[in-house]
Amino acid sequence: MKFCKTINVRLKKFIGRIGLILLVVWTVVSLVTFLIEIIPGKPSTAILGENATPEQIEQFERKHGLDKPAFFISFSFSDGLVWNGLDNRYAYYFLGILKGDLGRSFRTDRPVSEMILERYPNTIKLAFAAMLVAVAIAIPLGVLAGTHKGSLIDNFASIFALIGISLPSFVTGPFLVYVFAVKLNWFAPTGSTNPEDIVLPAVTLGAALSAILTRMVRSSVIEELGEDYVRTARAKGLSERVVIYKHVLKNGLIPVVTILGLQLGVLLAGAIITEKIFSWPGLGTLLLDEGIAKRDYRLVQGCVLVISLTYILANMLTDLIYSWLDPRIRLS
Amino acid sequence: MNRLAYIGFFIVAILIIVAVFAPFVATHDPTVQNLAMRFAAPSAEHWFGTDALGRDIFSRIVYGARISLQVGVTVTFISAFLGVVIGAIAGYYGGVIDKILSGYVFNVFLAFPGLLLAIALVAFLGAGIWKVIFALCVIGWVGYARVMRGQVLKVREMDFVQAARALGANDLRILFVHILPNSIQPIIVQASLGMAGAVLSEASLSFLGLGVPPPAPSWGTMIEEARGLDTLYNAPHVLFFPGIAIALTVLAFNFIGDGIREYLDPKQRRR
Repeated sequence: MKFCKTINVRLKKFIGRIGLILLVVWTVVSLVTFLIEIIPGKPSTAILGENATPEQIEQFERKHGLDKPAFFISFSFSDGLVWNGLDNRYAYYFLGILKGDLGRSFRTDRPVSEMILERYPNTIKLAFAAMLVAVAIAIPLGVLAGTHKGSLIDNFASIFALIGISLPSFVTGPFLVYVFAVKLNWFAPTGSTNPEDIVLPAVTLGAALSAILTRMVRSSVIEELGEDYVRTARAKGLSERVVIYKHVLKNGLIPVVTILGLQLGVLLAGAIITEKIFSWPGLGTLLLDEGIAKRDYRLVQGCVLVISLTYILANMLTDLIYSWLDPRIRLS
Repeated sequence: MNRLAYIGFFIVAILIIVAVFAPFVATHDPTVQNLAMRFAAPSAEHWFGTDALGRDIFSRIVYGARISLQVGVTVTFISAFLGVVIGAIAGYYGGVIDKILSGYVFNVFLAFPGLLLAIALVAFLGAGIWKVIFALCVIGWVGYARVMRGQVLKVREMDFVQAARALGANDLRILFVHILPNSIQPIIVQASLGMAGAVLSEASLSFLGLGVPPPAPSWGTMIEEARGLDTLYNAPHVLFFPGIAIALTVLAFNFIGDGIREYLDPKQRRR
């Protein structure tokens, strides 16, 4: 009976999550379609230029479905409200999504999904590299600060965390370029030709996260050090290193994992700025340089949709990992 | 309140004075170019040096403070006002209104990366300070609404609210005279942290070329203009000063937010 109840609760939660994803997809598509409608000037004029002939414009609009009405219902002062039926861009875009088709780029005429898939791995690679940098800095620094509370190293960690949180990536990034590319000449200032080119973007993107994590690890370690099991472990004669890294850290990392997971979404969104700084060929530069700068609204729509979905899925995955790590959450 | 909060208040006070009296504080016109003086190092004439177009960096930072504060204050006030009203309605009336607002609207808005939504909005609406403010308000109000809803849910069950109802007070009076003043504390904390977020978001959008268009001296635009290799090789101070200005401002608002939170929460207050 209890088992059935647990399954039921989980199923409800799962359905709720799927529902949220569908709502977000619906909102993004509706919002972008609406925005395309309200911007002054037609996308065809923006792409083809002022000198395009009416034939060229007509051909372009037919090809991209822009000759069809935007929504199920349209309004004009002459005709009033008009019901368009299923023959509208909005409905076609949803049908396309079901088939994994995000339309074709207004500029390049390539499938948007293909363009996104080309860049997507680079953004994911950058986000994970940033996470790795953040963890590599935060865990040792947080543990040292927590185990040496009130000491010089604790103060250093606090200052590091404060600076890290207050410095946005578009300040950190160019500073890193100045020091490590211009002055020391260790890395290339932009691009992704060599494997080491990921270092500066990853440090830039991971800096703020490492600051947040250092604070979390520190307070987790301080809290766990006061627990009974730590006294027991010490009484058993275990070395301090084993007590800290095998017992304290294992329990103290649970809230850190949550933050880490939730931050994966933030990293993916923050990657837009970092990619711009370092000309990193990911989704961010695709959105900014190919989509927004060239007014390729179909591409903008696809990028916004994919980044939002990745963000939600990352948060969903975090919830799952969290409940798997901490049985109290699973059972509640 | 803790010492860091006072430091925060001090920095913000300086920022406000500088922004309000910008024409008197600035030593040069922030938009006037002087190509003969491009990339000049800091000196008595140009305290923070000049940029690639020979414009005085100190004066640009002073006028940039106006943009940052204007966006920060406007976005925070509008977002907080909308959030408080919508959150209060959702929490007080409950039922279908609450289900639609907290079950759908709040969740969908919070499911988006905020900056991405702002980028998308500004990309379509075009650059400009009021469009940036609009985009940031669209993403900003939800946080306040969620906090307010939670507070109202808690406060509306308290005895003094029941007493007011028993005395025949109408919904509006109960909501705005009795519940609101007793639910506002977390909103104040959220607003001070929200100021930091708004300043940062404006600078981010301007950095991406989607915020306040040049030649207006937004700090984000200044950093974008300074990150070219030519500038970094010749005059790193062009990058350094606006970077410090943004970091100090964000740090100050974070200090204030943390300080107020600590002050209002007796459990966190140092004894």
